[in-house]
Amino acid sequence: MEQKNNTLLIYTLLYFAFLYVPVLFLPLFSFNDGNYMSFPLTGFTTEHYEEMWSKSNLHNALWASIKVGVVASTVSTTIALFAAKAFARYKFRGQNISYGAIMMPFLIPEIILAVSLLIIWLALGFKLGLVPVTLGHILFCTPFAMLILIARIEGFDFSLEEASRDLGENAWGTFFRVSLPLYLPGIIASLLLSFIISFDEFVLAFFLTGSDATLPMYMWAQMRFVQKLPHVLALGAVIIVFTTLIVLLAFWLRNLGQGKKKAEFGINIHE
Amino acid sequence: MLKALKSIYARSEPAKAYSLLSPALILVILVMLIPLTLMLSFSFFTQTSFTEINYSFTVQRYIDFFQKNLLVSLLIKSIKISFLVTLITLLTAYPVCYYIAFYVKKNKMLWLVLLTLPFWTSYLLRVFSWKIILGTKGVINSSLINVGLLNEPLTFLMYSETAVIITLTHAWAAFALLPLYVSLDKIDFSLIEAGRDLGLSRFEVFWKITLPLSLPGIIGAILIIFIPTVGDYVTPALLGGTDGRMLSNMIQGYFGKINNIPLGAASATIMLFTVAIVTIAVSYSTKKLSQRMS
Amino acid sequence: MNSSFIQINEISKHFGSVRAVDNVSFQIHEGEFFSLLGPSGCGKTTLLRLLAGFEYPTTGNLLLDGIDITSLPPDKRPTNMVFQNYAIFPHINVEKNIQFGLRKLGLSKEQIEKRVKDVLSLVKLEGYEERFSSQLSGGQRQRVALARALVRQPKVLLLDEPLGALDKKLRDEMQLELRSLQKEIGITFVFVTHDQQEAISMSDRVAVMSEGKIQQLSAPNELYKNPQNIFVSDFIGETNFLKASTKTQDGEYINVSIENLGEFKIKNNLNISENSFDAVCSIRPEAMKIDTVKSDWDICLEGKIRQTSYLGEMTKFYVETKELEKIITVSSQHFDNQSFKNNDCFISISLEDISLLDKK
Repeated sequence: MEQKNNTLLIYTLLYFAFLYVPVLFLPLFSFNDGNYMSFPLTGFTTEHYEEMWSKSNLHNALWASIKVGVVASTVSTTIALFAAKAFARYKFRGQNISYGAIMMPFLIPEIILAVSLLIIWLALGFKLGLVPVTLGHILFCTPFAMLILIARIEGFDFSLEEASRDLGENAWGTFFRVSLPLYLPGIIASLLLSFIISFDEFVLAFFLTGSDATLPMYMWAQMRFVQKLPHVLALGAVIIVFTTLIVLLAFWLRNLGQGKKKAEFGINIHE
Repeated sequence: MLKALKSIYARSEPAKAYSLLSPALILVILVMLIPLTLMLSFSFFTQTSFTEINYSFTVQRYIDFFQKNLLVSLLIKSIKISFLVTLITLLTAYPVCYYIAFYVKKNKMLWLVLLTLPFWTSYLLRVFSWKIILGTKGVINSSLINVGLLNEPLTFLMYSETAVIITLTHAWAAFALLPLYVSLDKIDFSLIEAGRDLGLSRFEVFWKITLPLSLPGIIGAILIIFIPTVGDYVTPALLGGTDGRMLSNMIQGYFGKINNIPLGAASATIMLFTVAIVTIAVSYSTKKLSQRMS
Repeated sequence: MNSSFIQINEISKHFGSVRAVDNVSFQIHEGEFFSLLGPSGCGKTTLLRLLAGFEYPTTGNLLLDGIDITSLPPDKRPTNMVFQNYAIFPHINVEKNIQFGLRKLGLSKEQIEKRVKDVLSLVKLEGYEERFSSQLSGGQRQRVALARALVRQPKVLLLDEPLGALDKKLRDEMQLELRSLQKEIGITFVFVTHDQQEAISMSDRVAVMSEGKIQQLSAPNELYKNPQNIFVSDFIGETNFLKASTKTQDGEYINVSIENLGEFKIKNNLNISENSFDAVCSIRPEAMKIDTVKSDWDICLEGKIRQTSYLGEMTKFYVETKELEKIITVSSQHFDNQSFKNNDCFISISLEDISLLDKK
């Protein structure tokens, strides 16, 4: 390992600033009592946060986003869990094509997915709303969930499942007594991260929600009017804090399992 | 009979694999492949009135697309913006990943989490925060005027191609950082030491060892940035103005106010092909490159 | 004792075009310690996994105690396995690991407790009930794996290289312990290993495998003394090979022409009757004598020492003679640096130490 490189260190820190500072302006201005987001700050206030409580549209949008997010993350994690198991466990013909097909939503601009879903939904004569949005989110979250779960399952020692079969458990018993508890940190991480992806997703929602706005749709509508901006800032700040906490929790869970695995591995080498 | 089937199933790995995969494959077929096929067929129809579509086959929409200078120039502009964003992101992110992979010893995971954390915060809000920064009464302009360096706000900051490029570079950074870091971190440091030992200079070691070995990460980053940015809608809509408008904004128009679904479908299809061509070209040239190296 | 307790009948297992196990038939006796020995990729683990039910044979069938188990899933077989990496469930403690397989046996709570207690004392793990896998040493994990399998009282215990992950000293200890444990409980053990010393020291019988086939199945001392082909001779210990072809038969003996050495009358352990049968002769390094002076043994060659390596209780010599390019021999006799002038030496061979091998 090389020793030190201060130029690179300074550059890296600047890059971190580039990543973080813009996002931090949202919470900063959310406490400013002016209507414009400009310097100098005019005074401290929490009224924009108070204002959020009074908006029933916001509450509806929040509720819609939670509903979509919970369904999308649960369904996509379940689907992805089976798929991840197949890829991590078996070798079979058509493996690469199947993997490519499931990862495809990741490799297609979202607007195209949105537009094609819009066309089929209207062609089938269905009403736009949260259902097509949820379907789109499931499609979009599945590759993410699968990547997270494959990372988890790939290091999994499949002889544990064989040991369970050998000790008299059938396939279901093995799944519930051995696989599920061991996959659990990965499953929770996948649920949390899929929920966040769905919760923040805008383009699919924009094309498919019709009149039932999700939270990003609500914010989008508010961003157009300067006088409504401050409470969007407050909402944004809340969302940023909330997402950060969930993501940190997910990362922690993911590493929790992997840390254990590493420790075990270390002991093996040690002896 | 059932028992025989069951035992064949128990013996067949592909059968087990595909039954595990079936929910995901059904999802992809129903929610992606069939809709995409339908979109493709709609691109061959004609919008006759606000609500009616003539379903007879015609390639007229594609002719329309290439005859409309606006659409072609938006396509070219989308590709150009995407290309610049990809290039800038790669160049700026590479040294950061290099630093973390080779110089950071303790808490690497923490650095990595910190790098990817902003990506998980709402995309819309990240784009919006640039509106706060670049706006006419935004952070940059108001600060510069306050300090007395400016009398008038800089107008080129907002509603321009530059604004779109800066914002996209920020918004998709995490996507470049992860594959780059993973490929750099995989490099066995003794290879680099061996290079130095065999008499290569630092620069030569980078050029002949580090860079080629990190190629998979570079390719991954290129695809993973180019694809979403070429079809990005939010950033140009919020920050692009007329100067920074991209093809997606037009597509949205065809499905919205303008209401020409077939032309919108044709435009989306053309965008999909652009993405496919870039993906194939990039993967093909990687294959060639890695063949030449080995 | 049932001498055909496990019957392996014309078993083949193909993975695509690879024949992991290639038309193998043999029987395992009740209560014996049976080893499958061979280099990695020889099919020994596949064969064990076929017995456990993790793989199903492409052709052939398996009988255990007279019952066809060929297509039974692993949870329906009266076999249990000790895995190579032990496969201790990391999310539950030692006690729960051992109880894991008892749930479906329909035992009462007291019976379960008694069985767990007994097996813990059998493998000397009392007091470790609450520990987790990550808190155990390699040897302790191995004991948990053993206990977990034995607590179900299987008819056959399958062991997949269970000592491979242990260091040498612990491995030697566990070899003795496993052997006496098997004698004590009397269950049939089928043991897979790539370590010939391990197989020879522990087993009642050993099947040497290579390329999916059984090369030789016999008692350990037979393997060493009477290897049937080049592979077995080479795999079990070190040896010197000499090219040879058979001449006339003479009762128990056969005249063999050994390349560059001449014609000799040696024991016909392969019962070859053919003339000019393409064979190989093998002489173990320790059967030869190296000395500074000539001897009156059947064959005595003059040679030069090319290299020596000191092995502690022995010294290994690499010798070149006019007749043979490279001879490996070991000697426990003490020689110092000055013993061999100009590295000149004499190699003596007795005819009864030469064994005839099938060239296959």
